Amino acid sequence: MDRSIIESIPHIGEIHAQHGEFKGALPQATRTFSERMLTMNRIAPSIEEAIRRVGLKDGMTISFHHHFRNGDYIVNLVMDVIARMGIKNLTVAASSLNDVHSPLIGHIENGVVSHIETSGMRGELADRISHGLMDFPVVFRSHGGRAAAIESGELQIDVAFLGAPSCDPYGNANGYSREQDNAASCGSLGYAKLDAMYAKHTIILTDHIVRFPNAPFGIPESNVEYVVKVDAIGDAQGIMSGATRFTKNPKELLIAKTAADVIEASGYFYDGFSMQMGSGGASLATARFLREKMEKNNLKCRFALGGITGQIVEMHEAGLIERILDVQSFDLVAAESLKNNRFHQQIDASYYASIVNEGAAVNQLDFVVLSALEVDTDFNVNVLTGSDGVIRGAIGGHPDTADGASLAVVVCPLTRGRIPSIVKKVNTRVTPGATIDVVVTDQGIAVNPRRPEIRERLIKAGLPVFDIERLEARAERIVGTPAPIQYHERIVGVVMYRDNTIIDVIRQVKDVDV
Amino acid sequence: MQIIQAGFAGTMESSDIMIRLEPKDSPGVELHLTSSVMQQFGKQISQVILSTLADMQVDGVIVTATDKGALDCTVRARVCTAVHRAANSENYMWRTKA
Repeated sequence: MDRSIIESIPHIGEIHAQHGEFKGALPQATRTFSERMLTMNRIAPSIEEAIRRVGLKDGMTISFHHHFRNGDYIVNLVMDVIARMGIKNLTVAASSLNDVHSPLIGHIENGVVSHIETSGMRGELADRISHGLMDFPVVFRSHGGRAAAIESGELQIDVAFLGAPSCDPYGNANGYSREQDNAASCGSLGYAKLDAMYAKHTIILTDHIVRFPNAPFGIPESNVEYVVKVDAIGDAQGIMSGATRFTKNPKELLIAKTAADVIEASGYFYDGFSMQMGSGGASLATARFLREKMEKNNLKCRFALGGITGQIVEMHEAGLIERILDVQSFDLVAAESLKNNRFHQQIDASYYASIVNEGAAVNQLDFVVLSALEVDTDFNVNVLTGSDGVIRGAIGGHPDTADGASLAVVVCPLTRGRIPSIVKKVNTRVTPGATIDVVVTDQGIAVNPRRPEIRERLIKAGLPVFDIERLEARAERIVGTPAPIQYHERIVGVVMYRDNTIIDVIRQVKDVDV
Repeated sequence: MQIIQAGFAGTMESSDIMIRLEPKDSPGVELHLTSSVMQQFGKQISQVILSTLADMQVDGVIVTATDKGALDCTVRARVCTAVHRAANSENYMWRTKA
């Protein structure tokens, strides 16, 4: 092209045409796409090579998802490779951690990991951290809080290592496989989706490489830099059970039945309502009692949100729930439904619960049913530390859904063995009492004084409503007065609210000889 | 009551306590307690075990107690049963209080 033509283009200085004139097309690729897929792809030969190519260095932040729950092999596999490569001082920002991740203890002791961010942790790792394993306190965020921190840049992920049950050579990854029915499956990749979108480098680890395009996909190839084939991503048994078993515990069933009665009388049970059921026997069982009420009154649910179980899927397939929004599939029935049902939609953590995202699905909830380890007389909820002060749980979406939903119902037994669930002050404040509306126990219901209209409706329906102080006194009369937990001054954990302000701290526990 | 043999009561189930009693050559009570709620209720469980033994006038005994969050009434009942078994007595006092 004549140079003078380019110079004569009006406003050429303002048109971003810095690459100049067309220099001719590249030679046409003539092999079949199936042949090209074998060589021109994003597959790295090993985890180590992928780490080298993305340039992971001391002091960086790496992330993992927890969709494989206690069956996860990815965290331990990747951390062992990183340790062997001699990289130190990393921040591990996992969407959550589980019992299976106790090998992290060794990596912390050896200086490979110096900081952890997570929704929760359990088992030996949690126990050691509660006893002062780390200098740097663990940062606990809710699922929505973590999403907001990633979106705002407060949590910057350098490399995301994301396990996927299926992936093609270009990085289109999903939580199930349409090619192989025997593949380990986890359903939704909701938490991983956001990491892939925001991490500087994303590496997919998969045990099933399928042909391009792995559609439908949870993570698009545009978010992926490398794909690594591994022998196994996890233990299928530990990733998810066949179907979440329905509780047979009479106490939990009583609580669930009462919770369903509460919802029916609350004013939020109407044709076209929306709901979320948290994990835990009683909250999951509430769905069954609600179902009876929906069928009797001919009501439909517009959408069910959250961690999805087989019970929600059954209601969807029976036409009682129109849409499912699934950030995390809790059982194989849910994973199968995500694969087969058109209106069972996979969503990411920001869509689910981020406070930065005004359209977040939690904001469209009529009610949510949540579990609790402890509730205090100010309605604050603890789901993170046990009655001995040791970390043994996860925040999950608790504060996000409690805040978003119009009616937040907490279900818990009045006592668990000798441990009271309704107490004067929770060990760790995770969800503020101002966002909790009703507490349902096996021995009565308490309504937050902030919601006098709800209290009135429940009393009118003949439900056993008490002041929460009375439930607390009743628990104490049964089990006695627990001796207060002994703590050191040292802070081992920082609990963030969903807006990433500090709502509480966790201190190192003292072992006391009795 | 006189402890003459080993005696057990209770289970390892949640909300129960397993009590094992053995005769001891010297006077006094030797208590070994482990509990799932040691931090919060260890002292109280020890007190209930010791006071139940004292009420039954038991001395010279080694007590091994494995607690899984039993309430006080359960602790008392298990200790009482274990004492009867260790004393080889079926002379249960079903109604000692009105």
